[in-house]
Amino acid sequence: MSTTSVLGGIVRRREDPALIQGTGAYVDDIKLPGELHAAFVRSPFARADITSVDASAALAMDGVRAVYTIDDVRDLGPLLAQVPVGALRPLLADGAVHHVGEAVAMVVADDRYVAQDAADAVVVEYEPREAVVTLKDSASDRVKVNDSLESNVLMSWAGPFGMEPDQIAEVKAGIDAGKARDDVVVVSQEMTNQRLIPVAIEPRAVLADYNAGYNSFNVWSSTQMPHALAGAVATMFGLPTTSVRVVAPEVGGGFGCKLNVYNDEILVAFASRHLGAPVRWTESRREAGNSTIQGRGWVATATLVGTRDGEIVGYELEGLADMGAYSQNFTVAIPFLGLFVGSGQYKMPTYWKIDCVATNTATTDAYRGAGRPEAIYYLERIIDMYAREIGLDPAEVRMKNFVPAAEFPAATSPLGFAMDTGDYATNLQALLDHYDYAGWRAEQEAARAEGRNVGIGLASYVEVCGFAPAGLADLGFSWSAYGLPTAFNGSGVVRVNPDGTATVVIGTGPSGQGHQTTWAQIVSDQLGIPFENIRVRHGDTAESPMGVGTFGSRSAAVDGSATYEAAARVREKAAKIAAHLLEASEEDIVFADGAAHVAGSPDSSVPWADIASVAYQPHKLPEGTEGGLETHVVYSPANATWPFGSHLAMVEVDADTGNVEILRYACMDDCGNVINPMIVDGQIHGGLAQGIGQALFEEAIYDEAGNLLSGSLVDYPIPTAGDLPAYELARTTTPTDINAMGVKGIGEAGTIGAAQTVVNAVVDALSPMGVRHIDMPLRPRKVWQAIQDARG
Amino acid sequence: MFPRQFDYVAPTSLDEALQALADNPNAKVMSGGMSLIPLMKLRLFSPQLVVDIGRIPGLDGISDDGDHIAVGALVRHAQTASDPLVAANAAALAQAAAWTGDAQVRNRGTTCGALAHADIAADQPAGALACGATMVARSASGSREIAAADFFVDTLTSALNDDEILVEVRLPKAGAGEGSAYDKLGRRGGHSDYAVAGAAAWVRKANGTVAEARVALTGVGSKPTLAPAVAAAIVGTDGSADAVVAAAEHALEGVTVLEDLYGSEEYKAHLAKVYARRALTSALDAV
Amino acid sequence: MEITLKVNRREVSADVEPRTLLVHLLRERLRLTGTHVGCETGYCGACTVHVNGTAVKSCTMLAVQADGADITTIEGLASNGDLHPVQEGFWERHGLQCGYCTPGMIMSAVALLDANSNPSEDEIRHGLEGNLCRCTGYHNIVRAVEYAGAKMRGEEPPPPDWEVSA
Repeated sequence: MSTTSVLGGIVRRREDPALIQGTGAYVDDIKLPGELHAAFVRSPFARADITSVDASAALAMDGVRAVYTIDDVRDLGPLLAQVPVGALRPLLADGAVHHVGEAVAMVVADDRYVAQDAADAVVVEYEPREAVVTLKDSASDRVKVNDSLESNVLMSWAGPFGMEPDQIAEVKAGIDAGKARDDVVVVSQEMTNQRLIPVAIEPRAVLADYNAGYNSFNVWSSTQMPHALAGAVATMFGLPTTSVRVVAPEVGGGFGCKLNVYNDEILVAFASRHLGAPVRWTESRREAGNSTIQGRGWVATATLVGTRDGEIVGYELEGLADMGAYSQNFTVAIPFLGLFVGSGQYKMPTYWKIDCVATNTATTDAYRGAGRPEAIYYLERIIDMYAREIGLDPAEVRMKNFVPAAEFPAATSPLGFAMDTGDYATNLQALLDHYDYAGWRAEQEAARAEGRNVGIGLASYVEVCGFAPAGLADLGFSWSAYGLPTAFNGSGVVRVNPDGTATVVIGTGPSGQGHQTTWAQIVSDQLGIPFENIRVRHGDTAESPMGVGTFGSRSAAVDGSATYEAAARVREKAAKIAAHLLEASEEDIVFADGAAHVAGSPDSSVPWADIASVAYQPHKLPEGTEGGLETHVVYSPANATWPFGSHLAMVEVDADTGNVEILRYACMDDCGNVINPMIVDGQIHGGLAQGIGQALFEEAIYDEAGNLLSGSLVDYPIPTAGDLPAYELARTTTPTDINAMGVKGIGEAGTIGAAQTVVNAVVDALSPMGVRHIDMPLRPRKVWQAIQDARG
Repeated sequence: MFPRQFDYVAPTSLDEALQALADNPNAKVMSGGMSLIPLMKLRLFSPQLVVDIGRIPGLDGISDDGDHIAVGALVRHAQTASDPLVAANAAALAQAAAWTGDAQVRNRGTTCGALAHADIAADQPAGALACGATMVARSASGSREIAAADFFVDTLTSALNDDEILVEVRLPKAGAGEGSAYDKLGRRGGHSDYAVAGAAAWVRKANGTVAEARVALTGVGSKPTLAPAVAAAIVGTDGSADAVVAAAEHALEGVTVLEDLYGSEEYKAHLAKVYARRALTSALDAV
Repeated sequence: MEITLKVNRREVSADVEPRTLLVHLLRERLRLTGTHVGCETGYCGACTVHVNGTAVKSCTMLAVQADGADITTIEGLASNGDLHPVQEGFWERHGLQCGYCTPGMIMSAVALLDANSNPSEDEIRHGLEGNLCRCTGYHNIVRAVEYAGAKMRGEEPPPPDWEVSA
């Protein structure tokens, strides 16, 4: 196995030895002396007025320290939201509840079993009211989700972006005119992109410890955004951010559900201050369904207008997106991320409008892909229907309508966004050639001849990540609501220590992405310090520079670029010192194998330890050089990055039962340059599993009263190893010109690419029976029903 | 996640366990605990006393008792799935055990526990029904035998009284010309997880004709149940593919279909026929 | 209730309520926090340990049921500082990302290979159905188990996928 530490090399992960031996510490693994345990009393109703809360029986129990209601914490205000449009969540229900699982009271006890006993003993009386659960019902404003709302429709995202309403109307009118042409077909379909529960395997957990002497908090949280949480705690308690230290230790998966500030995080901090003891809370899986954010939840109609020979004349998407009962971190901004990629890889007039609608259900927010999987799903499904309608191969239709490679870099998408780099046709052709698409089709034909329902799905995607350019800070791409008025910068500190080792401190909040490994590779590559001698630290706001967190496939492109630049500046300074020590010219200094060398003079070198030693003894430095060997870079990208790719799936459907089996799944992704191919492949694998999970299994199902029927893993089946195929991966490489490393981001691409690929394949398998569309998830019952409906 | 408080005894003899049940009307028997403990953790069920029979010797074996195979109360799913005696005499039950839960559940959960729990979506009840099993129930006041056909009463309700323990399942020894099989659609597709619907079938052929048959359904109605009309329709035929298809069409006679999150009434009714057909086909192939 | 059991080759005693789950005994009392909790319905398998040599979900077992049992957790898998081949496989083949499911997954994989030293890919996939992973999509977990199986059989492990596809 290769062990090079330069960019593009495979390096075993630095993180793993602790994790495979059970010594990695997640929040619930960190134990403080005298810690207390919180449990919540949660609403069984989706909409009700609270007439009374009686905690006397709970308070009388042995080991119960406190029961809090809104009266105790109203002064702290509602939960801060980065995009505060819609109803904000009170820390505890304030006279009314607006979704099942809403926290009504918090119990604190000596033991977690007792805390649950006490929570059960709190008596809450409710006066139930009518709940609004479905999107269309809510959008009609027949009943308000919350008395404080003027309308359940909280806002609307329309495009092309940057246009005035009348200009957008003109685009729409142009597409409408196209529909009247006699050489076109119009294909239209309403589709649901169902609500999903993120299901990080580590439940969310928080531990807070208030220090009265310093009037400060230490908070350990399973969060993707430690600095934002520190800012939120500080803001809500009226403290400077220096009085709040947030540590995100090992974080057991996030996928967006830990990209939020939650009321429980504020409440345990409050309780710790009130009780003078550390207080922790760890969510149950049921709470993860009802009280942590969900994702997706769109009902929209895609319409495509195109000629009979495959030229797309126009594309429209119009529909509703579910926000749930309260707006939290980004909530209403999520569909905006869909707007970015609403026209996909294609050059075609595009009209796009998604309304954000409240319902009496759990809050929605960013779940892996966040707006982009939804947008791409509608587009790639309708293109597939169009191809079928005109009898062209789906690959050919896509090829005919791509934004041409010649328009890059900085092509402007039909929806008005500048895209960095792309070569879509080359990528798709590589997919078709590498996996022998024609061979797949021949195999399909042979299977069909045997009476087997085998289908092939193809879908292309473009994704936008690496957020965010400074220009977007005013659109909510910042943590200003949490008292941190910054853009979504990258940050990195590179410090060469006196012994010649390096410490890298970054402001990301990884949850399995391998930052300790990747960042060590970046710095090793820049400085020639061996990988083993570089230690990467993250997740602790007391020691890391202000950082935005890990989400939106942004860490490598943004924080990685900051670190790359920081390392480059350290190298410059080290080169000065080395030149001084070697009596050589600075320009001739190169770094490799743990030392500085003079180019062309192999014997003339000085190890990093000696350079560092001098750096920390300023009297030995050349005149005018400051002591130390450390740089902090704050990096603001000029644009987001736009990865892309195309995927192929082959499925077989048992028409008797509706059961779908994935026979093959093959990818051709393009995320620009790759730092560690092993880690990049792993990100794609996991992303695919979540996209396939949406396509086949997962759905947050609500009944008409607003009860979540699929809140446990029994009823919300995420895929197991037995449900998934081995993946076939390959990639093209189109580096971005936005950052020096040419990297784009890969965390969400698999998820964004997968769901429609699978659905396209299943519909392809069943198209001879007349099936045109099936809404996800393609559980056997739905597939079977679609076959029955098609057969009439 | 945290069960309510309860009292706990782990007797080392069956008599002690039966006495504990006799003395405590709100007691619950626990063998593997794979169904009971999650219900208690979710606080959906909170017995006052748990009688853990896991330490009673002599209940963990599978034995050849002459005209039948005896599967003891503490025999784990994994044992049932891999035991050669069960495979040779009750293949449908062995297959159902192999598709129960996952590896860890099969290591801990017991066949008798799964039968006593009487979950409508469980696998092994159908296997026991098709194989013509007899349940042996013991209480402090005595012992009785319950035919599998009489054992499954309703959703999560068996014919066991609160003071009884299912100490043994008896499976008739297979004779010449017999075969059985189980097939299912799992909730995640394939054979994994609880059954959306499934069927077990047992047949005896003599002189080229199906002389006797039993077909049982799971996941379809309010309890695991025999589908006697299917059996009646296949008996007397040659067991050909056409005969099987025709017989399976009778799957719903006498069965009330219930919808759930995993299937509409129409779909489940359809699956009952599909799996009756598939199980019968496999059982005939196994003869 | 007073119970005595062997955990990672050491005998330990504890006074527990009947309702105390084995996983809480391990995590809260014995501070063996490598065994994780990911759900309350016995589905995720993050809490998998070995009880008397078989893989069991420690969240679906009462501590009192483990009285007298011999338990191995992830902390007890490596011996004398040497990783178990399954641990090595997970590291070599990138079989983990966030690491939360990993201890349970490894314990299940060890039991799988103990029972079947040369499983097919299909047997590995179905054998690990009691352990949920949300990060890896399972691809590299399967490869990790294949690596470990080869090592345990004294064979050369198959090359990693990223070398094959490169």
